[in-house]
Amino acid sequence: MLSLTKQRASQSRFKELNRRLQHGDVAFRALTILGALTILAVCVAIGYALWDNSPLPRAQFGLSFLTSSEWNPVTREFGALPFVFGTLQTSLMALCFAVPISLGIAIFLAELAPAWLRQPLGFVVELLAAVPSVVYGLWGLYVYVPNFVKPTAQFLNSTLGFLPLFEGPVFGPSRLAASLVLTIMILPTISAVSRDVFLAIPSSQREAALALGATRWEMIGQVLIPYGMSGILGAVILGLGRALGETIAVTMVIGNNLDLSASILHPGYTMASIIANEFSEATYELYIQSLIQIGLVLFALTLALNLIARFLVWRVARRTPAEARA
Amino acid sequence: MLKSKIGLTVIMLSLVAVSVTACASATPAPQTTSAPVKVVEKVVTATPAAAPKAGAVLINGAGATFPFPLYSRWFYEYAFVDTAVRFNYQSIGSGGGIAQITAKTVDFGASDAILTADQYSKAPGIQMLPTVAGAIVPIYNLKGDDGKVITDTIKFSFTALADIYLGKIKKWNDPVLAQANPNFKLPAKDIIVVARSDGSGTTFAYTDYLSQVSAEWKDKVGQGTSVKWLTGLGGKGNEGVAGTVAQNDGAIGYVEFAYAKQNKLAYGSVQNKSGEYALPTVEAVQTAMADFGTNMSDKLALSIANAPGKNSWPIASYTYLLVYMDQTDCVKGKKVVEFIKWGLSDDGAKFAKELDYIPLPAAVRQAVLDKLNKVTCGGKPL
Repeated sequence: MLSLTKQRASQSRFKELNRRLQHGDVAFRALTILGALTILAVCVAIGYALWDNSPLPRAQFGLSFLTSSEWNPVTREFGALPFVFGTLQTSLMALCFAVPISLGIAIFLAELAPAWLRQPLGFVVELLAAVPSVVYGLWGLYVYVPNFVKPTAQFLNSTLGFLPLFEGPVFGPSRLAASLVLTIMILPTISAVSRDVFLAIPSSQREAALALGATRWEMIGQVLIPYGMSGILGAVILGLGRALGETIAVTMVIGNNLDLSASILHPGYTMASIIANEFSEATYELYIQSLIQIGLVLFALTLALNLIARFLVWRVARRTPAEARA
Repeated sequence: MLKSKIGLTVIMLSLVAVSVTACASATPAPQTTSAPVKVVEKVVTATPAAAPKAGAVLINGAGATFPFPLYSRWFYEYAFVDTAVRFNYQSIGSGGGIAQITAKTVDFGASDAILTADQYSKAPGIQMLPTVAGAIVPIYNLKGDDGKVITDTIKFSFTALADIYLGKIKKWNDPVLAQANPNFKLPAKDIIVVARSDGSGTTFAYTDYLSQVSAEWKDKVGQGTSVKWLTGLGGKGNEGVAGTVAQNDGAIGYVEFAYAKQNKLAYGSVQNKSGEYALPTVEAVQTAMADFGTNMSDKLALSIANAPGKNSWPIASYTYLLVYMDQTDCVKGKKVVEFIKWGLSDDGAKFAKELDYIPLPAAVRQAVLDKLNKVTCGGKPL
């Protein structure tokens, strides 16, 4: 009797296991964990490789690598400051330009556009994301910068030139040009993701707001945006990531000069650009390792900005819409 | 609930994307092809026709980007001469080429820069072999006072280019420039200086020239594949320099002669060491090479900037292949030597000229061939 019960119990356990396996729960779980770990492993491996391959500049320059603005392959002196500055300035400026425009696009596509326009317009936005960056770079250098950016820069310089921010002389390639090219490049990312965020908000939220007598504008501004805030911030982080790491397009239009002045009309340099420019012809060890260390700094900066942004998302996600409005 | 899920998904997505972006930008940039567009097209359309025999010897090379269009053409054409050999060349840049041949991971290297004493000592038995030369020309974009683009060939006297790049000559109507160009009036415009931002053999040759004509340049900036420019803008590649020059009235830059010629850019005339104003032509660069032909040391590597001859073009340099004088693989060694000899022959020179590279003059060619005849394998002649 007892053995029979045992047998049945083990049988049912076997069945349970069998059921689970057939449903693929275990396998699926393992697969997703593996996927998640891969990302982690890749990032750790890259961080380690960058660190491991750049001991010389750390030994020779130490922390002054970050604060020195001297980058001279002939005299063998290397400092990262102009590149860190250029990367941060162009990326943040691009975000300032791109976020409002992207939100406009996303809101229009999700809430206001007539049904027949949504699909084709959405398709065009996504198409922009698929244009290779070298195309943006060459188009930027030969078309966009001379025809749009340079006249804009000249206007800014002639009207607001007394501010250090808009100091001349005006050339075509500049940090402003890089920011404006980046703006176009990150627009599709931010707007496509934010549109999906808006579309995922349940219609009960909209209906409730409208039922309370809100206008469409109030509904969007006071309900939808606060509701989707964490998602929108996520989209902005995605855009920032692309801006920080963008290489060829920026290199073509930024003017590649170690200039550290505040003026956005002056040429500049980014971390990704200096690596792209000089890695292939770097002929001695300290030079190569200094470029690898620039890569390490960029990696660390990207991680740091990500953590800050994640913290922001976490803060926002914890708030209710009512708190967010207050 | 839903809200936080959306947020979470987006955050995860963005994390992935950001880390991928960061990773991507941290790896070395893909090779920059300094090849003029037209040349590349030729090479690409030609490639599928080459049909190497099965079991052919595969020879690996890596290095400079500047001669890449020519080398690919040579490999393609050579497949008809010797069907038993195939070439694989990675144009990863001179630095990479030197590193790989030093580590012996390739059968030959290629470099625009001359090896330093340190690099020689790390790769004992390495030999530099000049294959062709390239000329560098100053290009400009300048409108006269009448608003029309100046199409006359502007003459640059001995130290004019150095002083412009040092930031000492700031205006186009500077007395130095005006004196050299009495036939037309240069406007009182600022000179916008444009340099190559990416490390390149072009910059190496150009700064070599500037260092030779100006002690101040040599002292303040020096020579290299990348240098710390004192003024102006940096464009990536020949196309970046040309594009930046094209959109700035008053700009001056420097590009490879082949690029300027094929894209019909206006280029200047430069005063050479003997005081004559020279124009970049195949003959003028060959004369420059011949000027130094007799003092080619055993290393077969030397600067041909600021050549003394009356008709010589002063801004040029060799590009080199790097091979070991004592080969470890006899079959490959023999094939490499045969190939280089073919490249230096009239057949090879014909393709070089087609692509606007400058073939070696007879004396230099003979010196390289003599050297090639001394290549051994395991101590024995090939």
